[in-house]
Amino acid sequence: MDEIKKSTISTSDKNETGIESKETEGLSQRQIIVKRFIKHKAAMASLVTLIAIIVIVYTSLGVNIGTGRFKISIPGWWPYKIDQIDPEGALASSCNGGVTGCPTLDLAPPFLDGDGIRFGGHPFGTDIIGIDYFALVMRGAQQSIMVMLIVGTLGILIGTIVGAIAGFFGGIVDAVLMRVTDMFLVTPTIVIGAVIGFRFGNLGVAPLAIMLGLFAWMGLARFVRTEFLTLREREFVDAARVAGASDRRIIFKHILPNAIGIIVVVGTLLLSGAILAETALSYLGFGVRAPDVSLGLLISQYQGSFGISPWLFWWPGTLIISIALCVNFIGDGLRDAFDPRQRRHISMKERRKARELSEVPS
Amino acid sequence: MLQYILRRLGMMFVIVFGASFLAYNLQAYSSDPLSGFGESTAENKEYLILQMTRDLQLDVPPPIRYFSWLRGIVAGLWGDFNMGLTRDGLPVIEILAIAIPVTIKLVITATFLAIVLGISVGMITAIRQYSRFDYSMTFVSFLLFSLPIFWVAVLLKEFMAIQFNDFLVNPTIPPIAIVLYSLVFGLVAAGFVGGARLQFFLVLAGAALFAAALLYFASATQWFIEPSLGIFGVGFLALCNAAIVIQLISGLDSKKGRIAGFGVALVIIALYYPLQALMSADASLINVFGIFAITISVGSAIGYFVSTIDKRVYLRIGFFTALMSTVPIIVNRFMSEFAGYMNSDAVNGRPVPTLGQRNDLLTPEQIDNFWISGLDTAVHLVLPTIALTLISFAGYVRFSRGSLLEVLNMDYIRTARAKGLSERTVIVRHGMRNAMLPLTTILVNDFAGLLGGAIITEGVFAWQGMGQLFNTALRSYDLNLFMGVFILSATLTVLANFVSDLLYGVVDPRIRIRK
Repeated sequence: MDEIKKSTISTSDKNETGIESKETEGLSQRQIIVKRFIKHKAAMASLVTLIAIIVIVYTSLGVNIGTGRFKISIPGWWPYKIDQIDPEGALASSCNGGVTGCPTLDLAPPFLDGDGIRFGGHPFGTDIIGIDYFALVMRGAQQSIMVMLIVGTLGILIGTIVGAIAGFFGGIVDAVLMRVTDMFLVTPTIVIGAVIGFRFGNLGVAPLAIMLGLFAWMGLARFVRTEFLTLREREFVDAARVAGASDRRIIFKHILPNAIGIIVVVGTLLLSGAILAETALSYLGFGVRAPDVSLGLLISQYQGSFGISPWLFWWPGTLIISIALCVNFIGDGLRDAFDPRQRRHISMKERRKARELSEVPS
Repeated sequence: MLQYILRRLGMMFVIVFGASFLAYNLQAYSSDPLSGFGESTAENKEYLILQMTRDLQLDVPPPIRYFSWLRGIVAGLWGDFNMGLTRDGLPVIEILAIAIPVTIKLVITATFLAIVLGISVGMITAIRQYSRFDYSMTFVSFLLFSLPIFWVAVLLKEFMAIQFNDFLVNPTIPPIAIVLYSLVFGLVAAGFVGGARLQFFLVLAGAALFAAALLYFASATQWFIEPSLGIFGVGFLALCNAAIVIQLISGLDSKKGRIAGFGVALVIIALYYPLQALMSADASLINVFGIFAITISVGSAIGYFVSTIDKRVYLRIGFFTALMSTVPIIVNRFMSEFAGYMNSDAVNGRPVPTLGQRNDLLTPEQIDNFWISGLDTAVHLVLPTIALTLISFAGYVRFSRGSLLEVLNMDYIRTARAKGLSERTVIVRHGMRNAMLPLTTILVNDFAGLLGGAIITEGVFAWQGMGQLFNTALRSYDLNLFMGVFILSATLTVLANFVSDLLYGVVDPRIRIRK
């Protein structure tokens, strides 16, 4: 009796680890990570949604980069512009109680008291003076996404460099760099952002984002430093050094690839934090200024009209939340994919299947 | 140790000095107090510009001007502390002294709620990892993580204030709403309790029925206009509190634990009427503290004398049961003033305000009455507290979940299970206690960060605290005021870092502070 019990335990044990090792058999580290990430349903759904949002946002209004002779201008497919007033269209879409500019978007089919699925001329409605709201929201989202990307890129770059140098060289370099990091860190982000936004907000969105990015690296630098401190002591670093590798080669070829997990994960947090910070700053009036548009600015402008025209408030908010939520879920998926200790959850069904398989003599 | 503390203190000075230098110059270079004169047509424009230049020392470059500001701060060492004057000529330090308590009042309830709710939900999701409850809470916390607070604030104003006030005109809940609310409550409760499918549905049905009965009762008796807990409500809550405390500290199967916990709850119920005498109209905060002192000492004494061994365990049960069960008694007293408050001229039947920190229309008698003015503060706190709690709740859920999961994978948990300890002991004593260790650092740092972190919340809800000071300072180019707020929050952050490092060394013996 005892014998039988022991053998079933050991086979089931072997099979449980078997499921896991079979998955990673013959795959490189990168392939394992990609595979794990693709398995993360929430993260994959978020990635698809985020890409869809970005594509729609940038193609609808087109892209205008640069000024003067270096202007690159690609027209979009959306018929209205953010400085184009369409009073007839706004009046035509008036709804209950004589409120004008209601959204013409209707997703309720006829049997659910809708007029059938249609987009209409102004799916997001129009604002108070008759500017198409879809165009405004898309413009705002363009700005917010751009801020997010610039802040994220700069933050990740500076944070990684500072953290890597401090962690790798240690000693006095480490002490000085980390005290500088602390100095930036004790200043609340929103305080730095407000001071910068106050000065650079009216210069347009790119200078604002660059300045914000210069102050967004501290958290990441600390994480990267800790990672480098532990990786520096590992055997493969000693081996590389004995083989005559230079500091630069050790940092870039040996340590950095091993620290990429923490950089990616903290980096996504930085991205979602950046979009929320930009909207908060614009809301407070320190970020993007009128006549330019940003999602936070739209909410700030129309929060008073919630009672009459609630859509002016819902659309920008929904877009901010969707973008931030997608980025957060992607970050979660990346963390799971990069964490080698993370064992995939084995469901009851798979356990049962493995046990059944183990009973067939091989 | 002394050497370590001294070195850290020295480092703190360097950091605060560097950060304040940075902030001073950042702000000085990014603002121009004279810009207001650009379009001025005043005859004495030149004179005004000169005067402002002299007053604000604008002819001195900011890096040097910083040191004249610093001199006032350093003078604090010999008791001559001086943060300078604001643009309106008021001492910065006095303005700060008014603003600090406002911000503390604003954030303290929200922080407390977020910590308690966040940690309990986080730990339960960790225990039930990969359950439906875990997935839904993960989604909820990510959603809250992605919410801009100003957006939440507008929604709260609409649904929690305006529509709730409309609802109070005729506070009957339609049956369909009762069904919906009770189902949601039942689902959450069942998710918390967990267990096999049968137990899940039993808890769901029980909790939903209970909630439906409560809502129906509240709707039928117009409870929302004249809320009160009464001795039955207080008693019920006291017994529930006792059950939770016992389960957490000694387990409900411990007989002495049950005697201590439920005994204290019964004593508190018995004290319900005698304590009302201490809560008359001319009571003050001292009376509230007095009531807590009485119940807690009675509770602790009962806990202490229940057993001859393990006295500390039962003392804790008595203490916490008494503490938690006294709260409903106080709340009940505040509720008894609600109808009068709501119908007074100042409030005019719309109790939940969307803006401000107090109702300026209250009569002097109402302000003098501790209960009414307390109630006034409470209703003004409702919206900002919900907003702040929602936003910071998510962080605590994620952090405590991760922390507990990490601890539950440790070898000593396996050892504890292997030596036959009950699951409750393993999770509460061995798991949660160790999972709380890294949380202490987060808590200390969060408290320090809150002073600077309420800028948006204070703006949205029009509270005149530190955040608003910062806001005005920035808009009116008030460098001294700006630096006053900044130096306070920076010092607090650095101090909190230091304290949490020290504390971590104390609570976690594995960490030795480097000499």
